[in-house]
Amino acid sequence: MSHFLDRLNFFKKVQSKFSGDHGVVTNEDRQWEDGYRNRWRFDKVVRSTHGVNCTGSCSWNIHVKNGLVAFEMQATDYPRTRPDMPNHEPRGCPRGASFSWYLYSPLRVKYPLIRERLVSLYRDERATGKDPVEAWAAIQEDPIKREKYTAVRGLGGFVRVDWDEVSEIIAASNVYTIKAHGPDRIAGFSPIPAMSMISYAAGSRYLSLIGGACLSFYDWYCDLPPASPQTWGEQTDVPESADWYNSTYLVVAGANLPMTRSPDAHFYSEVRYKGAKVVAISPDYAEYVKFADLWMPAKQGTDAAIFLAMGHVALKEFHVDQQDPYFEEYARTYTDLPMLVILDEYEGSYISGRFIRAADFDDSLGEKNNPDWKTVVIDEKTGDVFAPNGSVGFRWGEEGKWNLLPKKGRRHTKPRLSMIFENDGIVDVLMPDFQSGADVSMHRNVPTKKITLNGKAVLVATVFDLQLAQYGIDRGLGGEVAKGYDDASIPNTPAWAEKITGVKQADIIRSGREFADNASKTMGKSMVILGAGLNHWYHNDMHYRAIMNLLHMCGCVGQSGGGWCHYVGQEKLRPQAGWAPIAFGLDWQKPPRHMNGTTYFYFHTDQWRYEKLSADAMLSATAQSHYKGHNLADYNVVSQRLGWLPSAPHFNKNPLDIVREAEASGAKDEKGVSDYLVGKLKSGEIAFAAEDIDAPENHPRNLFVWRANLIGSSAKGHEYFLKHLLGAQNSVMQDVLPEAEGVEIAWHKDAPIAKLDLMVDINFRLNSTGAFSDIVLPTATWYEKNDLNTTDMHPFIHPLTQAVDPGWESRSDWQIFKTIAKSFSVLAEKHLGTQKDLVALPILHDTPAELAQAMDVKDWKRGECEPIPGKTMPLLKVVQRDFADTYKKFTALGPLLNKQGNNIKGIDWNTEKEYESLKAICYPIKEAGISKGMLSLEEDINVCEAILALAPETNGEVAVKSWAALSTKTGVDHTHLAKSREDDKITFRDIKAQPRKIITAPTWSGIESEKVSYNAGYTNIHEHIPFRTLTGRAHFYQDHQWMRDFGEEFCTYKPAVDMQTTAEMIEKIGDKPHLKLNWITPHSKWGIHSTYQDNLRMLTLSRGGPHVWISETDAEKANIEDNDWVEALNINGATVARVVVSQRIPDGMAMMYHAQEKNVNVPGSNTTGKRGGILNSVTRITVKPTHMIGGYAQLSYGFNYYGTIGSQRDEYVILHKIEDADIKWLEEPLTETREKALNPEGVHQAKYACTDESEK
Amino acid sequence: MNLSNLLFGVYPYIALTTFFVGSLIRFDREQYTWKADSSQLFEKEQLRKGSLLFHIGVLALFMGHFAGLVTPHSWFLALGVSDMMHQVVAISAGAAFGSVCMIGGVILWKRRMYNSRVRANSRFMDIFILNWILVTLAVGLITIPFSIVHAQDNDASAMIALAEWIQATLTLNPNPAMLDNVSFIYKLHLFLGMTIFFLFPFSRLVHVWSVPLGYLFRPYQIVRTKFVKQR
Repeated sequence: MSHFLDRLNFFKKVQSKFSGDHGVVTNEDRQWEDGYRNRWRFDKVVRSTHGVNCTGSCSWNIHVKNGLVAFEMQATDYPRTRPDMPNHEPRGCPRGASFSWYLYSPLRVKYPLIRERLVSLYRDERATGKDPVEAWAAIQEDPIKREKYTAVRGLGGFVRVDWDEVSEIIAASNVYTIKAHGPDRIAGFSPIPAMSMISYAAGSRYLSLIGGACLSFYDWYCDLPPASPQTWGEQTDVPESADWYNSTYLVVAGANLPMTRSPDAHFYSEVRYKGAKVVAISPDYAEYVKFADLWMPAKQGTDAAIFLAMGHVALKEFHVDQQDPYFEEYARTYTDLPMLVILDEYEGSYISGRFIRAADFDDSLGEKNNPDWKTVVIDEKTGDVFAPNGSVGFRWGEEGKWNLLPKKGRRHTKPRLSMIFENDGIVDVLMPDFQSGADVSMHRNVPTKKITLNGKAVLVATVFDLQLAQYGIDRGLGGEVAKGYDDASIPNTPAWAEKITGVKQADIIRSGREFADNASKTMGKSMVILGAGLNHWYHNDMHYRAIMNLLHMCGCVGQSGGGWCHYVGQEKLRPQAGWAPIAFGLDWQKPPRHMNGTTYFYFHTDQWRYEKLSADAMLSATAQSHYKGHNLADYNVVSQRLGWLPSAPHFNKNPLDIVREAEASGAKDEKGVSDYLVGKLKSGEIAFAAEDIDAPENHPRNLFVWRANLIGSSAKGHEYFLKHLLGAQNSVMQDVLPEAEGVEIAWHKDAPIAKLDLMVDINFRLNSTGAFSDIVLPTATWYEKNDLNTTDMHPFIHPLTQAVDPGWESRSDWQIFKTIAKSFSVLAEKHLGTQKDLVALPILHDTPAELAQAMDVKDWKRGECEPIPGKTMPLLKVVQRDFADTYKKFTALGPLLNKQGNNIKGIDWNTEKEYESLKAICYPIKEAGISKGMLSLEEDINVCEAILALAPETNGEVAVKSWAALSTKTGVDHTHLAKSREDDKITFRDIKAQPRKIITAPTWSGIESEKVSYNAGYTNIHEHIPFRTLTGRAHFYQDHQWMRDFGEEFCTYKPAVDMQTTAEMIEKIGDKPHLKLNWITPHSKWGIHSTYQDNLRMLTLSRGGPHVWISETDAEKANIEDNDWVEALNINGATVARVVVSQRIPDGMAMMYHAQEKNVNVPGSNTTGKRGGILNSVTRITVKPTHMIGGYAQLSYGFNYYGTIGSQRDEYVILHKIEDADIKWLEEPLTETREKALNPEGVHQAKYACTDESEK
Repeated sequence: MNLSNLLFGVYPYIALTTFFVGSLIRFDREQYTWKADSSQLFEKEQLRKGSLLFHIGVLALFMGHFAGLVTPHSWFLALGVSDMMHQVVAISAGAAFGSVCMIGGVILWKRRMYNSRVRANSRFMDIFILNWILVTLAVGLITIPFSIVHAQDNDASAMIALAEWIQATLTLNPNPAMLDNVSFIYKLHLFLGMTIFFLFPFSRLVHVWSVPLGYLFRPYQIVRTKFVKQR
């Protein structure tokens, strides 16, 4: 009744005594305990998960009390696995468990915010009677007004604004940009759709409808392994984590499973109880090393050497000393090893050239369809040359022969792997060796065969023979070969690898032998798990191909418990086929504009203007390159021009104007417009934007960032973003480098700054991206919206559901873009109406266009061929845009799905039935207009239902249809894979009740079954579906001209590149003790993925702010003690953080965990005079020409599939101690002088804001 | 009713009633606010010095005041404590513990005002009550010279008047006229002191009620029966 009265029980307080009066039993009031009990009481439980970066897709119960999220708990109701297999649950980690804090954190964006200076300018203009678009134009066309708000980006100054006004400003900016510059000057960035598909689709749908460019992220994050498309024609496909349990030999390299894959790590532990051996490769004593039986502490960035040496052992002992029958059969059927390669003469020796094609023979070997694209082998029995089924030539233009069955017609075939016993001579072949940094050719003896091609006799060899020679294996053919494993002079031997990696050769030999032996005994149950530790290097494809080679020579890929597990930013957008039409507006118009993020940022943040890497120095000694003297940016320009990589903006002219002018000069249709533009490009009247990327007409103007932290964590070359894209205070310690001037790309004396007119950040946290944006819109968190979520770590589809209403004035991403679309439609009615847009589409993978230039590279600009859209240059497509109907289109599922059906990876099927049934389940639109009678997408649950109904993974009927479509192509019936679940239809309410296992679909290369776990490449091996590559097999050999020019036809070890960023800084530091350290940025335990490091819980568990790890001995050298302040510095900028001194870290390396950003506990840097920076303040990206190849089977562009990547791990920093007394917090008020000083002191200040043409 | 009646006839009852009833209400209604609000997490070195000195001083002062003023005059005489002895002890102990308390209080005040972490975590009342106590204490210390003069003059009347006024008040026979001949400085101290009682339930001082003295005597293990009466 009363706390006080309840305590008035003095005489009967002690009930009894025990333990000799050492204990008493009392009857004190226990009401206070309810306080603790109430902490864990709740009103309702809702299932949700964590939605952008976390690829865990863990099931969480969100507990709501009094309308607030009180806490979250791991759900433990996953569907069971099969007997003898551990279950998936419980999933989750400490990061996810603390996310509920974030909903009510001080960093939460609660209201729409806008830069005060911008909104004042806008209101002033509006007050003079201008309409929104005119008002925006008046600000943009006056450089002084514009600079007023661009110059203070990142310096605070936000005010609240209401949704109506803010969406009007955004819409006005979009309308103005489309009108004045072109829709391709608007772009949007958002990563990893699989984690919250509807949210991603909201922005991408809006952008696609108005013609804006969606920027890719997987490649930009450097999480894309280009080696995967190179080898398999597959973006990335990996086994689910449960499949680790099926393995019997695991090698883990650069993937910190317990830390970054916490919910999956139990399989890593459990498989050891089953008896599997685990080998860990890591430079530092990382958490995953603790699970291992053997730790091979390889120097960072040298993993390729270890795996090449393990491959050397496997080849020698299982293919040469004795031929393992399983390995042999696997190599013959599923890899390119038996394919014939032409040997080109080179200065008295030979170099390996391209694959021989059916077209090289007089009668094209009887192949009428695409003989240029059919690779050939020699038949073991008859000795005849023939084109086996399955190469890419069979994929397009004919049906029933695109398969890996060992048959040609009705005849059984057996390709010959080696010519060693039946050859026409042994010749000396030069092969690249880059171990010193530049190529010094190796001489290797290879058995050859002489054949006649189109009347000319040439020497040919199989990839198998070339590959063995390249590994330096002694087959008794003479020449330079390894005398033994301990021959360190020959690349790829264990002794050579010891020299490079520091790992004992005995360990390498034993691991290589055991790996192969295990695979031989288990038919491929040897597995390699690898991650960012390998992938974030400039030459990451070499690390990866070294592993893939080892796996393929041991027959592991596609076998349960075996293969390649790449877990870096991994995602699997399982219902992709249902999602893509909604996400990219394909239900209304095609094609959308896609742009590869890395190239976009390399160009538009002007990082190319500081390029120190020379492309020439990377060429192989025997390169035939036509492009000698080109720098890296030039290669990218060429790539865009040839239609290989996409572009945004496309041309130095508004694409709307191009169509208008083409039509004015008589063009009647798409072909006419295309011809008109080709003529203008040829004459030079219109040019590709990339050829003069710094010209004001080619600047990007509007950038949307949602579900992302583009500036605060993923801006590699962060300071260059601030300087050139945003025109903000920056720490770039150098002026542009004149040496970076190119031959294809125009050079302006000063580089432009503040290219963007408007940056909009849509976020629930005010992080560094918001701080540098002009507008910040408050969005719903992961517990406040309905969405879908899938991962490649487990086979279930999972919802995000709205546990509570979006807090304060926030709205879900879907509702935000709906709001913007509405304002846009209103303004567009007057200013834009209906117009035709021209999209320059790169040559896309998984389309017939991927057969572009078969034999060598011809450049139309140099007169080597004609510019043919879709063949030698981008495909030019005209798209009609009904700008004023954008809102109506956004909120309705459009008619093209009904008319044209759906497709994925080159397979098409009809979707009429799904469309009609959706209309019956959800509701059709009643208002008059373009969308009347169509399925409404106004609410996010409808969007979820539409995706689930359209995707084969969640609708069994569609799965069977899509398998049937693929069966026609392959001539093999695959429908049995989905037949048993044909009647399964997974709906949103189903997955709210329980995560559901998806249905096997041809989108993916593994199967969902009661017998095996999901494993990548499974259907390639077990269903004989070809890999989507040139040969239809897994590639050891890359025969594209540019691959050979850059010495990557074979996998070879390439050391980290020298970014040359520290010399000037060492000078600056002078005598002060300092360290030169390799800058490594892995993922943290206390932040990222399912919550953020600035979460109070995470800060408490870690160091309370940004920190850098260094080794004990290094620390001693520079008089550094644990928790000292240190500055990490190079020419790109500086970052200041506390230091963690640990035995875990090897010498020569500094580790700063990813995504520790500027908003908590970051002082100023004394060297730059600017805010201390983030992990990417000291990085700059650089691009690799081989990643720009396109129009060549698997080497063709796909969004997030192939293209340049933002590697950042080759970077070095100078690290030195900062005394506590010297720490400056930069909290002085903004003065005019400070506002003007954008660059660090002493760095030339360019005055080239984007409307100023004087500097041109 | 004149000011004197109001302050020394009525106000003591207002202050004491607020003190008791307010504490009771707060204890019953606001259990989560019943705490000392320690700021040790933010700063501990100054706290250790300041808090110890302050608490030693303030506890001694409280007990001194209580014993010296509430004990009936006749009891002292019966015990053989002369008025002069009483006065000397009061002056010397008061000066000693008052100084200790003051030193501690100033350390705490400086810490609370100038340590940015502590300051940022202080409520208005935290600073206000500390200031009030220090002012009361300062005025109390200022009375010492006056008392010394009284002692030199062999005059115990002021002390006896104060004690008797308090006893009269506590025995519900308020008589403000008893203080007519007492100097202003004592009256000021009285007012400030009574106000501390008035402010007590609104401040962190409520922790005084919950001094865990029982801790000194508790058995090693205390368990409670799970059978609790129905609420």
